[in-house]
Amino acid sequence: MTNIQAIGRQLAEAVKGYSADYIEARLEESQRSHITYRGKELESVGQSTAVGGNIRALVKGGWGFVSFNELSDLPRRIELAVKQATLVGKEESKLAPVEPIVDIVSPETGNNPLTIPLAEKKQLLDEYNDIIWRTPKLQTSIIAYGDSHKKVIFLSSSGSYIQQQRSDISLRLSAVAAEDGEVQQVGLSLGSRGDFSSMRGLHQPVEEMARHAVELLSAPQVKGGEYTVVLDPVLAGVFVHEAFGHLSESDFVYENDRLRQIMVLGKKFGSTELNIVDTAAIPGLRGSYKYDDEGVPATKTYLVREGELVGRLHSRETAAKMGEKPTGNARAINYRFPPIVRMTNTYIEPGSASFDEIIADIKEGVYAKNWFGGTTSMEMFTFSAGEAYMIRHGKLAEPLRPVVLTGNVFTTLDNIDAIGNDLEMNQGGGCGKGGQMPLPVSNGSPHIRIRHCLVGGR
Amino acid sequence: MENILAQAKKVAEEAEVFLVSSEETSAQFEANRLKHIQSKQSTSLALRIVRQGRLGYAATTEPSDAQSLVDNAVATAHFGMRVKFELPSPATYPQIDIFDPAVESTSIEKMSELGQELIALVTEHTPDIICEAIVTKEIISLRIINSRGGQASYRKSIFGLGIEGSLIRGTDMLFVGESQSSCHPITQPREVAEVVLKQLELAKNQASVPTRQLPAIFTPRGVANALIPSLMMAFNGKTVLEGASPIGNRLGQPVFDPKLWLWDDPTIAYRPHSRPCDDEGIPSQRTPLIEQGTVANFLYDLQTAALAGTKSTGNGSRGGGVPVPSPTALIIATGETTLDEMVSDIKEGLVIEQLMGAEQGNILGGDFSGNVLLGYKVESGKIVGRVKNTMVSGNVYQVLKEVTAIGSEAEWVGGFLHTPPLYCPRLSVASK
Repeated sequence: MTNIQAIGRQLAEAVKGYSADYIEARLEESQRSHITYRGKELESVGQSTAVGGNIRALVKGGWGFVSFNELSDLPRRIELAVKQATLVGKEESKLAPVEPIVDIVSPETGNNPLTIPLAEKKQLLDEYNDIIWRTPKLQTSIIAYGDSHKKVIFLSSSGSYIQQQRSDISLRLSAVAAEDGEVQQVGLSLGSRGDFSSMRGLHQPVEEMARHAVELLSAPQVKGGEYTVVLDPVLAGVFVHEAFGHLSESDFVYENDRLRQIMVLGKKFGSTELNIVDTAAIPGLRGSYKYDDEGVPATKTYLVREGELVGRLHSRETAAKMGEKPTGNARAINYRFPPIVRMTNTYIEPGSASFDEIIADIKEGVYAKNWFGGTTSMEMFTFSAGEAYMIRHGKLAEPLRPVVLTGNVFTTLDNIDAIGNDLEMNQGGGCGKGGQMPLPVSNGSPHIRIRHCLVGGR
Repeated sequence: MENILAQAKKVAEEAEVFLVSSEETSAQFEANRLKHIQSKQSTSLALRIVRQGRLGYAATTEPSDAQSLVDNAVATAHFGMRVKFELPSPATYPQIDIFDPAVESTSIEKMSELGQELIALVTEHTPDIICEAIVTKEIISLRIINSRGGQASYRKSIFGLGIEGSLIRGTDMLFVGESQSSCHPITQPREVAEVVLKQLELAKNQASVPTRQLPAIFTPRGVANALIPSLMMAFNGKTVLEGASPIGNRLGQPVFDPKLWLWDDPTIAYRPHSRPCDDEGIPSQRTPLIEQGTVANFLYDLQTAALAGTKSTGNGSRGGGVPVPSPTALIIATGETTLDEMVSDIKEGLVIEQLMGAEQGNILGGDFSGNVLLGYKVESGKIVGRVKNTMVSGNVYQVLKEVTAIGSEAEWVGGFLHTPPLYCPRLSVASK
């Protein structure tokens, strides 16, 4: 494989000799493996390697970006990026200042999943698939396991040179039950920052997943309308990511005066019990890192504190243009893309209520659990639950078909009237934005209760 | 490539080398002005081998490193699926025009101007809208060779023009947008702009809808995001083989409204999803899926077809991994009713342009449910404004079982679907 360190050292000098306000480069080498099952049979197993890089140049506020797999003739690629930026640039370049950093971050030990033999991974997945298939009325199963390890070198014309490594694992299992032309599906999504042992010992949740898919065949669909909804930590984590996290990404806001007025710091979004945080600085989570893809150190950012908007996520450019401090949230999914403002590990801080207290006074409501998907348009968001139950007279009642919930960010956060004491982080998600998907992130929350939530149904 | 194939043949019964490379350039606009110019060069080479009857797979961005690639493929072949298919022998491919040199020679300056003109057309109409736009050109080269002497290659050009606008008033946000693509350069931004301007006009006022069942018209974009995801899964030969497709055992039976015709077509000239062969080297063909409401076929790649005891339909596609059955371009036949006639037929109902979150439910079972991100209220035969805080839910099989009318004018949506509007008698609506 091409030696990216040697190329990096040459580039570190080369990027300094051009007439641009700023130039940076990333070089990346990666290995991946995947194993997928459709039904009882293994469908695909494969291994791949990739080497690539990019150059990004800033001239008078305009960006040029060139990505490549062929690492020859890099001076020509730098010239192209500078030429493109020059063609765009008509203003003044603004980047929040950061100290140049030179750091070779030592790899986290024992967490490269590519060192685990394929046979061992396959054996574990076989066990899970066997469990799924022991369930009666099971029609089929889908299992998708993927892991990766990559080394990334970041360098810039301001003198930064950072080497970081990261591993990532994702595992998605789903069970499909069918009867009389009815088909129901339940999934389980897991992820890890490279620790394969966290994929082990899931036999019980896998069994429950398969049983639940069968149970749904006879479950009713909820009647559409407004409900008091209780979200479990997994789904509440998706909710905070979709309903608020994306709106906190400053690249949506920084050049949009009307959005800036809406998202003015100090604006009240929820009750004084509501605190929302994004941080890449906790080690070991899927969204964690020491430096982002612009070489800015990771921070802990309160987005909402005691119900008020107090912060947002920045790249160097959005921070400079909004006169705020960079937060280290510029991330690129790989070398084919420039970094954009992204979440990392986003969560609602725990409150004081127990689960029993949260549901105690709900006469008729919906308990929604487990992640299926979510999306946002800034103002409106939707997310869907993999599992749902009616709540009747303060108790969990019959299971429901999967539900889709929707709401308006500006009213829904304020409708959260109970926050549990049981924060859990979910590593199973992947976030998509600007064609870059799925970016490893984690979300978390305790159980929360939302009044007047719109639920789609029959 | 030949070298890799030769090395692979030493350790395997069969082998196939797949190489795809692309050069893409885009001009990207943010907040109504040019912000980025990007160029992306990429190369990816994939090797499939059959060793002791099992499939091995490896991929790399460095074709020069043949030995590691072969070693990786051999390692995976130890566990790989049992191969039931034969790689294709030399074949004749249909002549499908998908390359226009004018795409490659369109300058980045010209692309920037095109984006600027597009944004100007929209901002002239609505000065306070904030637009993102993208103009892209891409040249893709693909080549496949295998150990049975089969070989295929083609070059494709793609040009794309897209815009998304957001209009914010207080905390009310309206999102509009349209994109078009072709193997020819797009030289006039007017057509894309017209779509957006029409959306802005229709969304000027807001209207409320009741929580109950209402008739609904799905525009081509509405069809694409509410109805198509379920159908794509249901007609996938793999889903059928597993018994998980609700229509898997209904071949030849009437499942949909008799007015409905749907087919997969990778043979239309100068369309970005067209190609002379699939990613396994099987010649492209037009495959009927629904004929007069009857289930006509499913889509297959080589392995799935072999397991199902049928032939590949030329739908093996690689999304960066091994080939799987996947539609190329789906076409729904036009009907006889204009959109205006549909609207004037409705006393109270909805026009659905875009659902947010539609693909999140049990799409395998045909369910869809989503927030109406862009949609209009119809009252007494007229569109009266945009709806908000509204969810619709339904099931594709119920919705398409009885269609009131099929539109007489079809449009391309996202390059992969050509469809007219569909008018359905009732849909569950929940509103605040």
